[in-house]
Amino acid sequence: MIRQLTGSERQLAAIMLGLVAVVGVAMAAAGRNDTMGVHGLIVMLFAGALMYPLFSAIGAPEPTEDREASYYDDPIKVGIVLSMIWAVFGMFMGVWVAAQLAWPGLAFDGAWSTFGRLRPTHTSGVIFGFGGNALIATAFHVVQRTSRARLAGQISPWFVLFGYNLFCVLAVSGYLMGVTQSKEYAEAEWYADLWLVVVWVTFFVLYLRTIARRKEPHIYVANWYFMAFIVVVAILHIVNNLALPISWGSAKSYTVWPGVQDAMVQWWYGHNAVAFFLTAGFLGMLYYYLPVRAQRPIFSYRLSILSFWGITFFYMWAGSHHLHYTALPHWVQTLGMTFSVMLLVPSWASAGNALLTLNGAWHRVRDDATLRFMTAAAIFYGLSTFEGSFLAIRPVNALSHYTDWTVGHVHAGALGWVALITFGSLYTLVPSLWKRERMYSATLVEVHFWLAIAGTLIYVFAMWNSGVIQGLMWRTYTGDGALAYSFVDSLVAMYPYYIARTIGGLLFLIGAIIGCYNMWMTVRAVPETVSRQGDLPVAATVPGE
Amino acid sequence: MDLDHDTVVAFSKSWGLFYLMGFFLCAVVYAFWPANRKRFDRAKNSILDQDDKPWR
Repeated sequence: MIRQLTGSERQLAAIMLGLVAVVGVAMAAAGRNDTMGVHGLIVMLFAGALMYPLFSAIGAPEPTEDREASYYDDPIKVGIVLSMIWAVFGMFMGVWVAAQLAWPGLAFDGAWSTFGRLRPTHTSGVIFGFGGNALIATAFHVVQRTSRARLAGQISPWFVLFGYNLFCVLAVSGYLMGVTQSKEYAEAEWYADLWLVVVWVTFFVLYLRTIARRKEPHIYVANWYFMAFIVVVAILHIVNNLALPISWGSAKSYTVWPGVQDAMVQWWYGHNAVAFFLTAGFLGMLYYYLPVRAQRPIFSYRLSILSFWGITFFYMWAGSHHLHYTALPHWVQTLGMTFSVMLLVPSWASAGNALLTLNGAWHRVRDDATLRFMTAAAIFYGLSTFEGSFLAIRPVNALSHYTDWTVGHVHAGALGWVALITFGSLYTLVPSLWKRERMYSATLVEVHFWLAIAGTLIYVFAMWNSGVIQGLMWRTYTGDGALAYSFVDSLVAMYPYYIARTIGGLLFLIGAIIGCYNMWMTVRAVPETVSRQGDLPVAATVPGE
Repeated sequence: MDLDHDTVVAFSKSWGLFYLMGFFLCAVVYAFWPANRKRFDRAKNSILDQDDKPWR
C-alpha cells in the first residue's frame, strides 16, 4: 500500500500524521483530567498506529508502473475490512443492549456499561462504523468505474478513510466515558464534530475532482446518489452540531439552538440522516451493484432520475413527523406528515425499478445468494418506506410513537434494507477487487443470507407485537376514565418480545461473522483470476497509444 | 416588511409550493427530453462493460 506512493507523498503523509499527533498532544494538555484529555491520548495513539506501517516502508523503492493505468483500489480494500470490523462490533453491542432490556443484570453494575452509554455505541457503530465505511469504500469504487478515471488523489482517499474512522473511534469511546451531546445520531462532542467537517469536505472535494476527470461523458445515476449523500450529510452535520463548548479544555458544549427549534433542527437532521446517510448512498450501491450482479441494465433510467429528484426534495421536509403532538407549530407537523406520505412515490419507484430490473433473471436470484441479498434489500426497502409513510400520519403516530413499533420500523430499514444491500454489494466487490474467481464458499453466503433474513424477520415481528401492545396498553382507559395499566404493566408484557428480539439480533450478528470469515478466506485461499492479458483487443496492447 | 411568523408561513405556503412544482417540471423535462434517450441508454449499459481499467 505504502509502496504505491511516491517519496514526496510518503513525506506528506508523515507530516499530516505528525500534525494529527500534535493536535492530540494539545487536546491532552488542554483537557487534562477531562474526558477530552483521554481523547487527546487516543488521537496520539491513532496517529502513532498509522505511522508504523508508513515508516516501516518509507525507504522502499518508488512505484515504477504508471499509476494512471489502473484504478486506486487500496483504500477501498481497507474500507471494506474496517466496515466488517465495525459491523461485528456494532451488532455485538446491539445484541448486548437488547439483552440488557430483557435481563438488566447484564450491565454488571458498571457506569460505562449502562444501557444509556452502550446504546449509542451500537447506533454509531452500525450506522457510522459499518454503514459509513461501506459507503466510503463503495463510493470510491463506483465513482472510478463509472467515470472510467482513477481517484483524483493519492493521499486524500486515505485521509478521508482514516480520518472518518478516527471520528468513529472518538465518538464510541466518548459514549463509554459518558460524553454525549444528547442528540440522537449526533451524540459525538464538538471537537469530534469539527474534525468530521474537515474529513467530509475533503471527501466532497475528492469526489468532485474525480468526477471532473471522468472519461465517460454522462455521470451515471449512482454517482448522483453518492453526491447527494455527501453534500447533504455535510449540511446536516454542520447545522445540527452548531454548539459552544463551555471551555477549550472541556468536552461539554451547549447547542446554539433553543427549545423547540433545537428539536426541529435535531429531527430535520435525524430524519435526513436516515434519508441521505442510510438511503441515498445505499441507493447508489443498489443502482450500480444490482445491475452489475444481475448482468442486466437498470429497468428504467428515466425513472431512476425522477426518483432521485423526488427523494432529494421530498425527504428534506419530512423530519418534523418525529415531533407530532409536541410544541412544534401544527402546520410544520402537517408539512412533515404530507411530505412523508408523498415520499412513498419516489421510494417505490426505486424499489420497483430494482425489482423490474430482475424481471427475466429470476433464475439468477434463485441460484445466487449475493443477488438474492440485493433483491431482498429492495423488497425490504419497499416495505419499510411504506411503513414509514404510514407511521408519519399523525393519528397513526399517536399509537406508534415512543413504542417499540418505531424500533421495529428502523430495524426493518437498517437490517432489511441497509445491511442486506451492503452485504450483497460487498460479496460482489470482494472477489472482483482482490481479483479472485469467486467467494471462498457459496454455501456460507447462502447461510449468511438465511441467518440475516431469519434474524430480521424475528426482530421486526417481535417489535411489531410489542410496539402495538405497548401503544394499546398506554391508551386503555377504565370505565371511570383512569389509565387501565401502569407503565410497569406494559414493561412486564414486553418481556417475551425482548428475548425474541435478542435472538433475532444474535442470528444477524452470527451471519455477519460468517461473512467476515468468508471474505477473509476468499482473500487467503481462493486462487487469483487467470490474467486475461492475452484476451484483449490488439489495439489496447499497442505500446505508446 | 415585517418578517414575522405569519409572513414566513405565507411565503413558504406559496413560493415554496411553486418552486417545488417548477423543479418537478424541470426534472420531468430532463428525463423525457428525446435527445437524452440515447445518452441514458448508453449510460445504463456502459456499467456492464467487463473492462476494468481507466480510459486514457
